Amino acid sequence: MRHLLSAADLDRHEIGEILDLAEEMSLVQGRPVKKLPALRGRTVVNLFFEDSTRTRSSFEIAGKWLSADVINISAKGSSVSKGESLRDTVLTVAAMGVDALVIRHHASGAPWQASRWIDAHVLNAGDGTHEHPTQALLDAFTIRRHFRNSVPDVSNFEGKTVAIVGDITHSRVARSNVLLLNTLGAQVILIAPPTLLPSGIDSWPVLVCTDFDQVVPHADVVMMLRVQRERMSGGYFPTPREYTIGYGLTRPRLEAMKPGAAICHPGPMNRGLEISADAADAANSLILDQVAAGVSVRMSVLYELLGGAE
Amino acid sequence: MSGTGAPQARRDDPWPGAAVSSEPSRVVMEADQIARACARIAHQILEANRGAEGLVLMGIPTRGVPLAHRLATAMDQVEGVRVPVGAIDVTMYRDDLRRQPTRAVGHTDLPVEVEGSTVVLVDDVLYSGRTVRAALDALGDLGRPRAVRLAVLVDRGHRELPIRADHIGSYIPTRAGEHVSVRLTELDGIDQVSIEPASDAPPREA
Repeated sequence: MRHLLSAADLDRHEIGEILDLAEEMSLVQGRPVKKLPALRGRTVVNLFFEDSTRTRSSFEIAGKWLSADVINISAKGSSVSKGESLRDTVLTVAAMGVDALVIRHHASGAPWQASRWIDAHVLNAGDGTHEHPTQALLDAFTIRRHFRNSVPDVSNFEGKTVAIVGDITHSRVARSNVLLLNTLGAQVILIAPPTLLPSGIDSWPVLVCTDFDQVVPHADVVMMLRVQRERMSGGYFPTPREYTIGYGLTRPRLEAMKPGAAICHPGPMNRGLEISADAADAANSLILDQVAAGVSVRMSVLYELLGGAE
Repeated sequence: MSGTGAPQARRDDPWPGAAVSSEPSRVVMEADQIARACARIAHQILEANRGAEGLVLMGIPTRGVPLAHRLATAMDQVEGVRVPVGAIDVTMYRDDLRRQPTRAVGHTDLPVEVEGSTVVLVDDVLYSGRTVRAALDALGDLGRPRAVRLAVLVDRGHRELPIRADHIGSYIPTRAGEHVSVRLTELDGIDQVSIEPASDAPPREA
């Protein structure tokens, strides 16, 4: 594996390897010395053109726990705010001799572009409305763990139904999850108001439904997507309150869920909008497990990309 | 496992005659010899430690792990005490990570706190000593053991680091390019140690 740009780059075997290694990496969190020497002498740059807390810090922790030198560059306060182009920024950073570049950008395809300009490994940490592959990996890791507890030896997702609910049109999390979960053999159902379903969705390997209540009792995993604030006044739905009534994970829907079914949310949450406090804090909510998994999965991916010979 | 219980006399000659031949593959230990070696090592560990107090057996994946379990079973038969068995993967501590494609990482399992215990590292073959060096580093990140010992089924010579084993199943002279293949019932369906000629197997570190 040279770059990680899309969840579609990975086959089932590779996903299994990344998730198994992430299980090993997760043990580091409980050790007295939270450090492995595998990436000693390697340099990882987090190049973030968009705000991010959890993704950036979890990439940073992941790199540091593997002993890599990690540098964070954000658009604010860097030469990007002076009008430097993406290409010049990427080439400048690469010229300093970095081994991997973790890129988040508001334009879909920016990491893909960058990977064609430089020799360093490129990891997509979210690009526009395109993809967020490490999020999909950590979701799969969290979901697999959840079902390992109740059903031992679930190594793949055949027979599991995952409902992804919310703004599908603008969600890179949804796109990466659809690709990854489909590779793993899960049935994905997308649920959204018609205004938030992208055109061309007929060609996606999913079922689409606009009635959340119809799906709730059948889903093994309910994955809620964040309603991005800028969409609330964009005419996609009449009012936040109506969105909640139609597509929020409310208490009645929480109670209608299948026993043992799990709740996921990539964060940050809008409590009371797409997810009720009852659901966010429910016993079957995996939201904090997802955050913890983020570090382990990103360690695993960094090791896969940087751990061997060039 | 198969430890027969009775302590075996240590093999008298540390480098038993066996002429180094160039035939395709030769068997140097059969199942009964492996069983006797395990039983003897188990006794030696107990003797050196004056009992099973504070002992932890840590196998180095892949074949160190079943060997560690065999030693624990043999100790149970002798002392009636179940010594904790774990696994310590050393992949990320190796000094040759950059020299080959990304290596698969094995499983690490700590049955008890390493802090203050006497850890016996168990591996199948002792060769350059680099794996053991990596294991010592890995162990250091898990805590501070009271003491660390090393038990191996086969010592094939050709050390590249100042490392020696405390307990050795068998000394087997080899040429540097040869490959010592340890097969264990748990993983390979047969108990056997053989020497493969150079070239057909990739050089390994042990």
